Amino acid sequence: MCPECEAVVPVPPDGEPGQVVQCGECGAELEVVTIDPPVFTLAPPEEEDWGE
Amino acid sequence: MDFAGTPVSRDFVGTEHLMATRVALLCSRVRVEEKLLRDALVQRGADVERVDDRETVIDLNVPWRDFDVVLERSLSQTNALAALQVFEAWGLPAVNRYAVTALCNDKLSTSAALTAAGIPSPRTLVAFTPESALDAAEQIGYPVVLKPLTGSWGRLLARINDRDAAEALFEHKAVLGSHEHSVFYLQEHCNKPARDIRVFVIGSEPICAIYRYAEHWITNTARGATTSNCPVTADIASLSRRASAAVGGGVLAVDLLEDGDRLLVSEVNAGMEFRNSIDVTGVDIPGRVADFVLRVARQGSAPVEVLA
Repeated sequence: MCPECEAVVPVPPDGEPGQVVQCGECGAELEVVTIDPPVFTLAPPEEEDWGE
Repeated sequence: MDFAGTPVSRDFVGTEHLMATRVALLCSRVRVEEKLLRDALVQRGADVERVDDRETVIDLNVPWRDFDVVLERSLSQTNALAALQVFEAWGLPAVNRYAVTALCNDKLSTSAALTAAGIPSPRTLVAFTPESALDAAEQIGYPVVLKPLTGSWGRLLARINDRDAAEALFEHKAVLGSHEHSVFYLQEHCNKPARDIRVFVIGSEPICAIYRYAEHWITNTARGATTSNCPVTADIASLSRRASAAVGGGVLAVDLLEDGDRLLVSEVNAGMEFRNSIDVTGVDIPGRVADFVLRVARQGSAPVEVLA
């Protein structure tokens, strides 16, 4: 369930913890915490030191 | 290793030759790149464990003896450098090496290394106050490009077209920016043809290259640039190989700018993203990275490249 809007969010077939998915309802970026049961947390916003 | 990232002691004495290479994939989010790298390593027989840099606790007195090598893929360059420093102190090989990552993560350090090696790159001036930054901008001439020393994905780059904009931008950075923004890193603006070139260099070999196209002056795929294959000409191969060696070598993405007849090295990236470059180049980039990582594990340290 999306922690932002409480919509049901499916885990992609190749999903795994640490992967980021988008909520189809509100568009929030969610990080997969667990697959079974599917638990999501809001993905943190981009930080200034992130990158290549 | 348990979930919190605390190493669990095992006795491998005398059994190393029977075991798969043990790779710690140090990362934050699991992006497409991390999946591809992990799969490529597993296909080559490696035992790969994801270590989340946000959850792990590193005890300096407890080296990670469960791993033969670390593939560093943290989102945070700060976290990456801190962890790499510890791995190096332990003698645990990592890709990329700490010194290489530190050089590449800092644009001024990269520019200094490229300049010292005589590698063509955009003219760069550094200043430490808004007033001296204005002087530097006037010396280069407008438009001039202002970059943060650290950062990626085209973030906080500014093309300054005139003195008014320069004065405003420098004042804003001085007042609103963190102390890191008190160093003004200014470069000449290159008249590139709506594209730049990214060369993937592994070890000392340029394995492939892409053009990155954008109507915007920032040609970064994180900002929507599109890609196509770029043939690795002798000039591109030579320049990217020299740039790689100038920062110490490893798994690197060397960005080149075409400015008229000049080919310039813009920057060198130590944590390259490549998801948009596999199909267009036809090169198995994650596979080549995996081969390099396993070679580093066998050798016990990442090779240090030097200029020929």
